[in-house]
Amino acid sequence: MTDRPLLDYTLGLADDALVSAQRMGWWISRAPELEEDVALANIGLDQLGQARTLLTYAGELEQEGRTEDDLAYLRDDREFRNVKLVERPMTDFGVAMARLLLFSTYQLHLYRALSASSDATLSGIAAKAVKEVTYHVDHATHWVLRLGDGTAGSHARMQVALDAEWPYVDELFTPLDPTLTRLVADPSALRDPVLTDVRRVVAEATLAMPEVAPALGGGRQGLHTEHLGHLLAEMQHLHRSHPGATW
Amino acid sequence: MSTRDWPLWEVFVRARRGLSHVHAGSLHAPDAEMALRNARDLYTRRGEGVSLWVVKASDIEASTPDERDPFFDPAADKIYRHPTFYDVPEGVEHL
Repeated sequence: MTDRPLLDYTLGLADDALVSAQRMGWWISRAPELEEDVALANIGLDQLGQARTLLTYAGELEQEGRTEDDLAYLRDDREFRNVKLVERPMTDFGVAMARLLLFSTYQLHLYRALSASSDATLSGIAAKAVKEVTYHVDHATHWVLRLGDGTAGSHARMQVALDAEWPYVDELFTPLDPTLTRLVADPSALRDPVLTDVRRVVAEATLAMPEVAPALGGGRQGLHTEHLGHLLAEMQHLHRSHPGATW
Repeated sequence: MSTRDWPLWEVFVRARRGLSHVHAGSLHAPDAEMALRNARDLYTRRGEGVSLWVVKASDIEASTPDERDPFFDPAADKIYRHPTFYDVPEGVEHL
């Protein structure tokens, strides 16, 4: 029988990575420099790699024969389990770096905890991803420090970006389904370690910790912003128009 | 933020332990720290290396094409600079 909580948990991890990868890909050809285009593409591809193995595992847990492609391309937004942090447009470089700092710091702590999971597949995927995500945190940290502690203009824009992302941080720490507590990493236990790391970077970047109310969550239950539908339309249209297309 | 402000860096990659760093190409970056990270993303993303050097291109002193003759030409006809010029007598030990 399908372990529905474990399936939803795995889809949550997978969809966070998949949707973030799609947003990251938007930056290709649009970053401030060619070098940064490639850096963001690499980060997106790391996340896509995590999403692929996680979606494959989700397909096994579901036991309905769905592949990673079926799950990525043929689900509608209500079936996606990602947090809202990653699905909103990311067309400002400051926002991109603020979000990458928040998301990858969360992922780093999550994957570290998950690499000790008694679920061998998840612990294996997590252990591999820790190395990738460590670099993502490093990349975001450097940019947040540079822009926050840069010119008056870059400081102001970095603060605006951080404030804009902050309401969506809370949802990352949505408590775990009680049946899973012994099996996987509990996001609600990560609040302190993640925020401690972020606070350190924010302080060093001479920025202020935002004081804004959390946005409404619900992404883990499939309740999303309007932006996810647009993102999926772009991401899925080729596969839906030409089912099974390969190259 | 334009390329005008970002200096050029030369990238050297060591493919594996025991080999030398070899010039791989160049990139733009605002400082050494970012240059090293950009080098990682541009030149080692397919497992090309285990170590990276970045050097500011303006810090490299290079020979110019004009200097080619005085620099390199005299080396061509000095056959006695090569070990093969010398006959080794039969039975020489400790050579």
